[in-house]
Amino acid sequence: MAEFRLPKNSKVQKGNHHKANGSASNTTTFKIYRWSPDDSENPRTDTYEVDLDSCGPMVLDALIKIKDEIDSTVTFRRSCREGICGSCAMNINGTNTLACTTSIKQFKGKDIAIYPLPHMEVIKDLVPDLTHFYAQYASIKPWMQTDSVPLPDKERLQSIEDREKLDGLYECILCACCQTSCPSYWWNGDRYLGPAVLLQSYRWLADSRDEYTGERLEDLEDPFKVYRCHTIMNCANTCPKGLNPGKAIGEIKKMIAKRHAL
Amino acid sequence: MNNTQRPLSPHLQVYKPQLTSMLSILHRITGLLLSLGMLVFIYWLFQLVNNPVQADAIIGFFKSGFGQFLTFAWVFTFFYHLCNGIRHLFWDIGKGISIPAVYRSGYLVLFMAVVLTALIFLLAR
Repeated sequence: MAEFRLPKNSKVQKGNHHKANGSASNTTTFKIYRWSPDDSENPRTDTYEVDLDSCGPMVLDALIKIKDEIDSTVTFRRSCREGICGSCAMNINGTNTLACTTSIKQFKGKDIAIYPLPHMEVIKDLVPDLTHFYAQYASIKPWMQTDSVPLPDKERLQSIEDREKLDGLYECILCACCQTSCPSYWWNGDRYLGPAVLLQSYRWLADSRDEYTGERLEDLEDPFKVYRCHTIMNCANTCPKGLNPGKAIGEIKKMIAKRHAL
Repeated sequence: MNNTQRPLSPHLQVYKPQLTSMLSILHRITGLLLSLGMLVFIYWLFQLVNNPVQADAIIGFFKSGFGQFLTFAWVFTFFYHLCNGIRHLFWDIGKGISIPAVYRSGYLVLFMAVVLTALIFLLAR
């Protein structure tokens, strides 16, 4: 049975407020989820007023500014700052997205609330534990599986049409935004593979060069791995790369059904 | 490494309600209400055969203001569940599963459920 409330140790409390310095006139308040493993306190939300006149345009710029200038203990993942590494995935004003590609301006000066990716174990502040997610990803064998031996002087070739079938799939950066936006994954994440992992799974099912389609489909046939998807579609709504995991899962379900019809 | 148990990050508490998830949960709720309403309906049929006086009393209740409200709430749950069920069937064959299409069909389902409920109301007068 799904537990809709947060466990006792996870209830979020009110935290500290950090004012901008007196001369700043163009400020926005960032409310940030904080939790540290070094004490026995519950999580809290600290608020930081940030002077936008001396800050870059993106939410990640504000986080870096807060860490540099106001509170060096604020912890988050970041790397490429251009939406290709997926490190800074977090929940910003209610939806999961990448902090580096989310402009501060779009919130029109209103407070910006930042939480870690939802329904995940928190390592510290905005850093969730992705171990289980990566293990699920490994479980779908995300590499090309073949029995045939390729010619020694040639790559495995693919027609332009077959290559096009991978569009909308290969762009996934495994940021886990969709995975952690899915209520089904919240309640059944232990056994349901989730939108990101299933989109990756379909990426290999759809690859004309892969020779293990049957085995892959057989692995997925289980009441939980695929079929906990109820086409809620929060996944496609939140994907920062504009992909559609829900559609990919639908294609997997169709492939399994067709396989049985044969 | 850490001396305290790791917390679970907020989920329902912070995630923005949106058409996608709200219509999905509404589908479940209406499915549940349909089943419960069906029990009442069967109870009425049962009384109709065994105890017509009691069956009349049930009809009387559903003719009262509150009873009428319950009846039309139930008619709405029926039409919502039906229309959204058809929407799911389209998704199952891979149609209309892009986000713009999901939003269009979502609003259409709500609109149709209201219109069909109103139609029943008018026909039943």
